Amino acid sequence: MTDLAQSGDAPRPKMSPPADQTGIVGWLKRNLFSSWGNSLTTIVLIACVVWIIDWFIDWGLVNATFVAANGPECGKNAGACWALIGEKYRYIFFGSFPYEQHWRPLFACIAMLAMLLASADRRMWNWRLLVIWSVGSFVTFLLMFGELRFPLTIFLIVGLVVGGVGMGLRAGIASPREMLTYRVLAIVGGVGLAGRIAGVIPAWGLEINAFSYVETGLWGGLPVTMILATYGLVFAFPYGILLALGRRSNLPLIKGLCVGFIELIRGVPLISLLIMASVMLPLFLPTGSNIDKFLRALVAVIFFAGAYIAEIIRGGLQSLPKGQFEAADAMGLNYVQSTTLIVLPQALRVVIPPLINTFIGFFKDTSLVLIIGIFDFLNTANQALVDPNWAGFPGEVYLFAAAIYFIFCYSMSRYSKYLEIELNKGTRR
Amino acid sequence: MIKNAIAVGVAAASIAGFSGIAHAGKDLDAIKARGSLICGVGTGTAGFGLADSQGKWTGLDVDVCRAVAAAIFGDSEKVKYVPTTAQQRFTALQSGEVDMLSRTTTYTLTRDTALGFDFPGINYYDGQGFMVNKKLGVKSAKELNGATICVSPGTTTELNLADYFRANKLSFKPVVIEKADEIRAAFFSGRCDVYTTDASSLYSVRAANVPAPQKADDFIILPEIISKEPLGPVVRHGDNQLADIVRWAHFAMLEAEEYGINSKNVDQMLKSEDPVIKRILGVTPGMGKALGVDEKWVVNIVKQVGNYGESFERNVGMGSVLKIERGLNKLWTKGGLQYAPPIR
Amino acid sequence: MAVEAVRATSDTKVAPWNDPVIRGWVFQIVVVGLVAALAWYLVSNTLENLARQKIATGFDFLGREAGFAIGDTMIAYSPADTYARAIWVGILNTLRVAVIGIILTTFLGTIIGIGRLSPNWLLARICAIYVEIFRNVPLLLWLFLIYKLVSEAFPGPRQAIRMMGDTVFLSNRGLYFPVPIAAPIHKWMGVGLIVGIVGAWALHRWATARQARTGEPFPSILAGFGIVLAAPFLVWLLGGAPSAMSWPALKGFNFEGGTVIQPEFAALLLGLVLYTSAFVAEIVRSGILALHKGQSEAAAAIGLSRGQSMRLVLLPQALRVIVPPMTSTYLNITKNSSLAIAIGYPDLVASINVTINQTGQAIENILIIMAAYLTVSLSISAFMNWYNKQIALKER
Repeated sequence: MTDLAQSGDAPRPKMSPPADQTGIVGWLKRNLFSSWGNSLTTIVLIACVVWIIDWFIDWGLVNATFVAANGPECGKNAGACWALIGEKYRYIFFGSFPYEQHWRPLFACIAMLAMLLASADRRMWNWRLLVIWSVGSFVTFLLMFGELRFPLTIFLIVGLVVGGVGMGLRAGIASPREMLTYRVLAIVGGVGLAGRIAGVIPAWGLEINAFSYVETGLWGGLPVTMILATYGLVFAFPYGILLALGRRSNLPLIKGLCVGFIELIRGVPLISLLIMASVMLPLFLPTGSNIDKFLRALVAVIFFAGAYIAEIIRGGLQSLPKGQFEAADAMGLNYVQSTTLIVLPQALRVVIPPLINTFIGFFKDTSLVLIIGIFDFLNTANQALVDPNWAGFPGEVYLFAAAIYFIFCYSMSRYSKYLEIELNKGTRR
Repeated sequence: MIKNAIAVGVAAASIAGFSGIAHAGKDLDAIKARGSLICGVGTGTAGFGLADSQGKWTGLDVDVCRAVAAAIFGDSEKVKYVPTTAQQRFTALQSGEVDMLSRTTTYTLTRDTALGFDFPGINYYDGQGFMVNKKLGVKSAKELNGATICVSPGTTTELNLADYFRANKLSFKPVVIEKADEIRAAFFSGRCDVYTTDASSLYSVRAANVPAPQKADDFIILPEIISKEPLGPVVRHGDNQLADIVRWAHFAMLEAEEYGINSKNVDQMLKSEDPVIKRILGVTPGMGKALGVDEKWVVNIVKQVGNYGESFERNVGMGSVLKIERGLNKLWTKGGLQYAPPIR
Repeated sequence: MAVEAVRATSDTKVAPWNDPVIRGWVFQIVVVGLVAALAWYLVSNTLENLARQKIATGFDFLGREAGFAIGDTMIAYSPADTYARAIWVGILNTLRVAVIGIILTTFLGTIIGIGRLSPNWLLARICAIYVEIFRNVPLLLWLFLIYKLVSEAFPGPRQAIRMMGDTVFLSNRGLYFPVPIAAPIHKWMGVGLIVGIVGAWALHRWATARQARTGEPFPSILAGFGIVLAAPFLVWLLGGAPSAMSWPALKGFNFEGGTVIQPEFAALLLGLVLYTSAFVAEIVRSGILALHKGQSEAAAAIGLSRGQSMRLVLLPQALRVIVPPMTSTYLNITKNSSLAIAIGYPDLVASINVTINQTGQAIENILIIMAAYLTVSLSISAFMNWYNKQIALKER
């Protein structure tokens, strides 16, 4: 080391780069003042930003009113009237849910959030997901309704479906005992359902009465938005998968049906489906029967979401190399097995990030249900403006609502970005 | 069989807890079996149908629902109120979501026939009017040429407005927003010069909805009434017995007022010797049986809801914030239009 | 075993329940049968309900007098016209906001998308913030906010903000400005405009061909704009330059004369453009980022300025990536314009909504909505697919 330094080239003292290339100055020069045009842009922009921030601080903090008895008193200062939010935030979050029971929708929201957060963790992506969602949904709806009733028919259908799917999926893989369980489930479900239809078995049900019953007409605010977006997508998911598989199928009739349905739904605005659900659905059902208004909106959201999810999943299916399908066939797997064991797991992995983006879209789009008179978060925020005693501060309320929407959507979009990178780690070269 | 199977499938698909599918037979039987009347009301018109912060509904239209419940069950509280928008109310009734509507609905030929409804009675004779800001200095609707007018869709209001301006060779610009709250906000913010709807609602809005810096006195309601708006409860075609009960619950309130029976003196009136009063109050039995309800039905109505005059004064008349003159809604004996056929 | 199976399929007849073709058909027939049964069930219920409630059916109502007024129309309309015309007015209003919205969104979105890639750190940041703020909040909220601000922030017509020497008025009734009074020459100016566009296109073709042949550039874009503007102007001069204008003036309650951009239209357009351009910006940005870095380096190496390299090298290539997602964004603008109903702009859904209420015929009217939107959607898709083919990489 020392030898080398002594001999050879004359030792030059190590020089740091020119002062205007490093540090803050260098960064500024490179990123803000690299040319005349650039400098001008920067200066104009800084002026604008300073002006906006200055105005916003003046309006939102300095001149704002945080405590006031009513609107006119709140409007005395030139700034924002945050007292209105303080007055109305419980209504904005929970709508007309009985006031003294507001803790119920609060905990329902927390349960749903916990459920969503838990599902965001990749370590949970297995049987645990089923448990999380069963428990989470049960808690959410028990809190919201106050009482739940599970008709026998539901259990029978679940039995039939689990048995049938199990028989189809695990054929030749499962142990004989497991197979037997599926067969028993399917037979009990099938026979029971036949009995229900024929009217042999009475309409038994399991009832849980934990709190006082609150009908969906009184639901409002954040829980409604979250339920519509979450369960709209959850129910739309399996049926979107079916539509996507149908569209990729080589059976002409099935393919035609699916293509027609998907394109029809995607070609029309959500509003027209919502109006259809609220005005026409009652006409479709037998005379005298009647579906809850909330459920009608949910049905419209599910129909709508299904078509969009189908297109996303189709993208995932198309991205799979042909060899995967051929290999599955070569293994002697039947269609159901190759689809659920080979094709779907790979296809779904690819489409998780776009699915989350769809979820963000639906979280925002559920605000449209206010047009058919359902009190979602945006609608309750809107209603808070109606009070004649607090009139004249739309900006504050909308800003507040926008902030809540932003927090939800932005964090989800960050998660989607993160996941995209995470999931691509394996395939990146 | 197939239908049944699909129905079970659909029912199962509807999640547990949602009201799901409830097959109703005849409407009245369904109401009795349920133990409560489902009444479609407005989304909030002070004086006619408005829920307070405890969720208790009051108003002239709400009193019709209460009277019907009092006639059927003997208890005016056995009503479940379903708020409906002007847009959704008919679908709600057609689909059976509600048993009856009582929410300032105008009786018209097409609604009575093409939509498949019955209008058993008229509990408020109304007409469409105009509200303007005093600052405009307008005294008559004839001066409204070229005005911008806020109007809610889905009502006869929109058609009457167009007809009136056409008939008088005036022009106007409509601003149409579906939600009543939004259209009022547009009017009060100055987007429109005029707000038009039934005069009763104008009084109600002026009394209860004027946003804070402005006052009720800043707005005047013009003298012109441009349409006939007979407002009343509505039921579906198909169950005449329910229609009869609704019709006579309303008439009973009118008869009670005409014969001086009110919620305070109804117990003394039971001892009256007047054969008409005895028939009305069921002291002489027969009327209740004919209608298919308890013989004490009028007593229940008057005791719990009051007679028509009491209901009017309490909800929209001088005893309320609306302060509407009785006008056309006086009894026929006082020169008004409210006329009940005899209970006999 | 596998060998046996193969042999079995090749030379012996398979049992019909194992034949994939037969299985496929059986499955299809079962599914179609189920769908048909469900459809039959719904239709029979509907017919039963309609008959029981005596709701009229059929499209006869279209020829009847509508009787309601519409606040913002592009064609002459009065309450005495038919429902069909009222619905047509609604369709035109939808198309107007969609077309203008698409054009403005494309401009704004492209600018913001390129801005996000700017070497100027501050500009890139601000564009990024814009994108995040606008796309993470529901469009409907933006519409409400903008509409409330527009209708509450501006003064009434009598206190209107006067501009340009009392010829332009801004109030809560809208923005009034003068327009030329209709003259026969206007029709011919339209023809002139079309001729100008065709001429500009021809010039551009010629200029491209010449540049490919000789390498000499020709400012065909500038010249093209000149031709497009000059042609109608020449026609106007030839027609005797009729300059009669309709001036807005306060008369009674409102302004009369001139033309107006109403607050509902302005709020809807502004909301749509601000919201959707955030998505367009992302599409443009990812389209440019999808290009190999060598492209921009090569463009810089041959001495193109940043603007030139963007216009001549990067954007044309990025277009291939951009066009497909852009198509669905354009469709979204069209479909989202139906939110007009929330703020009172009389679009198609608003017209239909009133018609449903007056006639009670929900089914027919909803069919009309769906047919109208499907037609528009499919037309936009068809056009964009055609355009996509035009710009696709032509391999030689």
